[in-house]
Amino acid sequence: MTRLGPGLILALVAGFAFLYLPILALIAYSFNASRLVTVWGGFSTQWYGTLLANEPLLSAAWLSLRLAFVSATLATALGTLAALALARQGRFRGRLLFTGMALAPLVMPEVITGLSLLLLFVAADVERGFWTVTIAHATFGLGFACIVVQARLVGFDRSLEEAARDLGATPLVTFWTVTFPLIAPAVAAAWLLAFTLSLDDLVIASFTTGPGATTLPMRLYSAVRLGVSPEINAACTILIGFVAIVVIAASLLLKRRQALGA
Amino acid sequence: MRKASPGSVRRAFQPWNDPAAQPLVEFRAVTKRFGGVTAVADVSLSLYPREFFALLGPSGCGKTTLMRMLAGFETPDAGAILLDGVDITAVPPHLRPVNMMFQSYALFPHLSVADNIGYGLKREGLPRTEIDRRVGEMLALVKLDGLGKRRPDQLSGGQRQRVALARALAKRPKLLLLDEPMAALDRKLREATQFELMDIQSELGTTFMVVTHDQDEAMTMADRMAVMDHGRLVQIAPPDVIYEAPVSRHVAEFVGDINILEGRVEAVDGDLVSVATPLAGIVELDEEAPALSSGEPVLVGLRPEKIALSHDEPAQGVNKVRGEIWDIGYLGDMTMVQVMVGGDDGQLLKVSLTNRSRRIERPFAWEDSVWLSWDVEAGLVLKP
Amino acid sequence: MSVASRRTAGLVVAVPSLWLGLFFLAPFVMVLRIALSDAATALPPYAPHFEGFATLRDFLAGLDLENFGLIWEDPLYWQSYLFSLRIAALTTLVALAIGYPLAYAMASAPVRWRVILLVLVILPFWTSFLIRVYAWIGILRPEGLLDMALSALGLSDQPLRLLNTEAAVLIGMVYSYLPFMVLPLYATLEKLDRSLLEAAADLGATPLRAFLTVTLPLSLPGILAGSALVFIPAIGEFVIPDLLGGPDTTMIGKVLWTEFFSNRDWPLASAVAVVLLVVLVLPLALLQRARLARAGEGGGAP
Repeated sequence: MTRLGPGLILALVAGFAFLYLPILALIAYSFNASRLVTVWGGFSTQWYGTLLANEPLLSAAWLSLRLAFVSATLATALGTLAALALARQGRFRGRLLFTGMALAPLVMPEVITGLSLLLLFVAADVERGFWTVTIAHATFGLGFACIVVQARLVGFDRSLEEAARDLGATPLVTFWTVTFPLIAPAVAAAWLLAFTLSLDDLVIASFTTGPGATTLPMRLYSAVRLGVSPEINAACTILIGFVAIVVIAASLLLKRRQALGA
Repeated sequence: MRKASPGSVRRAFQPWNDPAAQPLVEFRAVTKRFGGVTAVADVSLSLYPREFFALLGPSGCGKTTLMRMLAGFETPDAGAILLDGVDITAVPPHLRPVNMMFQSYALFPHLSVADNIGYGLKREGLPRTEIDRRVGEMLALVKLDGLGKRRPDQLSGGQRQRVALARALAKRPKLLLLDEPMAALDRKLREATQFELMDIQSELGTTFMVVTHDQDEAMTMADRMAVMDHGRLVQIAPPDVIYEAPVSRHVAEFVGDINILEGRVEAVDGDLVSVATPLAGIVELDEEAPALSSGEPVLVGLRPEKIALSHDEPAQGVNKVRGEIWDIGYLGDMTMVQVMVGGDDGQLLKVSLTNRSRRIERPFAWEDSVWLSWDVEAGLVLKP
Repeated sequence: MSVASRRTAGLVVAVPSLWLGLFFLAPFVMVLRIALSDAATALPPYAPHFEGFATLRDFLAGLDLENFGLIWEDPLYWQSYLFSLRIAALTTLVALAIGYPLAYAMASAPVRWRVILLVLVILPFWTSFLIRVYAWIGILRPEGLLDMALSALGLSDQPLRLLNTEAAVLIGMVYSYLPFMVLPLYATLEKLDRSLLEAAADLGATPLRAFLTVTLPLSLPGILAGSALVFIPAIGEFVIPDLLGGPDTTMIGKVLWTEFFSNRDWPLASAVAVVLLVVLVLPLALLQRARLARAGEGGGAP
């Protein structure tokens, strides 16, 4: 069925309008010269200027980026291992518990994840800050990374690995020369997912952070609670732009790799 | 006098009949179970150097498991596997001097053709120049010169198969395993490739073991073949022996087409066996040293191409029966005729006619009343 | 398998196991333990400290169900649980109503469009959650974009006062979770064999009947998966009700947050978390059962 009736076209237009109009409106008003959101005072980039002078917001953004980078890398490494264990180890002792633990963060409310990790950090008497949030985000991102990589491993032709073994490769060499290059797109996608999840998270970070480590979503959240301001619109626009560029660049890169036959 | 079957003339290579010959591979009472299912049951088998061996059987008969045990991907539950007299049962796949061509070819999609072929050589730690030289040799062997830089998905199915073959041969294994090597090729290409594979095998002198469910493939290429069923080797023999002297009704029916008549031994006179069949009267057969006694129930097997069809009654006294044509299937090179023998509730016998000329004077037609006849050399006796 | 590869295989399981045991399972046990503790004002604000097995008996004696009693008696808590379930269910239904036609249209689109449409659905998911909610504040607030648009069109001059209502929470939730509904629906609808519909038409079914008897039953796995992906995280949602809701739209995630950050009652917050988990287990178990039943129907197909 490749014919779109008027009803289906309406469904498409309405659906995408619902998804995109709010974001487009937000972006548009970041270029409003007037501070009053209800009045269009002409085009201006002044709010981007004030944003660049907003020292706390900029340092929060830098912290969030570093945090997302480290936690996504940890989450992807651990999630890939977990995916390999689930897809390749067959039945091992405690598999059910393992599966539950790896995938629970997918359905676990963030308030619970955040609260439980904070209680652990308090009990262990760890100073809270960058590293506690990083650990929390890595744990949270692990399940997502695991799902993404596992999906790729499920469709993986096992005879490729057998062929490598048959040609004299040890299990470890087989992994690095055959398995990893072939699941690399999924690993990259997993990293990207873990990265944006970390960059986006407010709840878990609020629980597990300490003084001096305020993330960008936490800053935005406290600003948003005070009401709408064009400066926040500008900050959001930059964030949207950043994520859009990363995602589009990544998908283009993956597409090129696929075109090359990987 | 020992009578030779039509296929045996070209074969002087028969190490399995030489008691002094050293086998390259030995399965000793190997058994493999998966859960409650026995995939391979107590199999003993020897392969000889330079032999082209085919393992034939329906899917699920255990032939792939047998091959995978030889490659090292499965471990036997009982028994031992020897290569060149050395027990390799517990040797992991990457340390065995055995290479395999996979049914799916399993070409690494992220590597070029040359890197695919050189993969095993690189694992051996050969210097780059040596690898390049050997890869070049292999590309020439499989007639793919100049395609080394391509990716597997830029090749045709036939080219991919050659790359898989070259990759498996690059390490100069003592034994090459081929898992359904022709399954993904179309018919025309398959025929040409079969002969090419035989040429490469005789050129290199490598021992080949091919697993297939396609009997034409097995019979064309193999020096010797084994028919496998339900995890057991039912018969191991050269293709012509399997076809002309199957050990059981199952083998006879699995390899080629055959008509089976029930009957009882009437008399045994030297090599001449007379069988009384309710359907076709007395059937006389020439069997070498038959171990049969009078009154014993037996089956008579008649291959369709060994039966003659005529409008008029043949002159011979025995080995003939009247019937009515129920079906005619024209296949171009030959015609397959189904004849009902013994009335409407009798038995359908298949007769194949070679179409030697483009026009026939008195063609056979549906509902024609016809005579079937055959030589004493045509039929074979099977135990029920 | 050789000794070396066994060891590698062991590590593959052991490393993530260790991490998850330390940072998922242990904290979890912690929540349970503290949920059973007395509130105290000291920092950390909960009374019994676990200090080795010598004090285990004292510790066990100190446990009580006081916090759970409080949750049971105070209507604030169970009302917010119920409200969370209600909002989650409504969100799921509305997302299904919007998402199904959208996914159906996407799956029916020409193949070369499909990838673009798919990316367009996923893209908002990559933008920050907070931003998406913030965008709706600007739209829904009094004299916000919606009011402006309505008065510009001459439809209404009165402010709608949607912000801080249940409707606003619902809109924000549907907006945020819609991609989770559309993606699994699209995946099942796209895989649907078009010749089945042609067969139905060939056998005399009208397009509507073909949809009801063929498409809809076959897309049930997608409906189930999408509903679960929306319903389950919606229950514990905090940010949306906090920013778009008002005093009478208190969801349980917000209650937990308040108990923890404002009232500093850690044991009570933990007890709320435990009950929230129990509330979550029920729909998950139902989903699993539905899945197993379907798998059984399929005659052991993978």
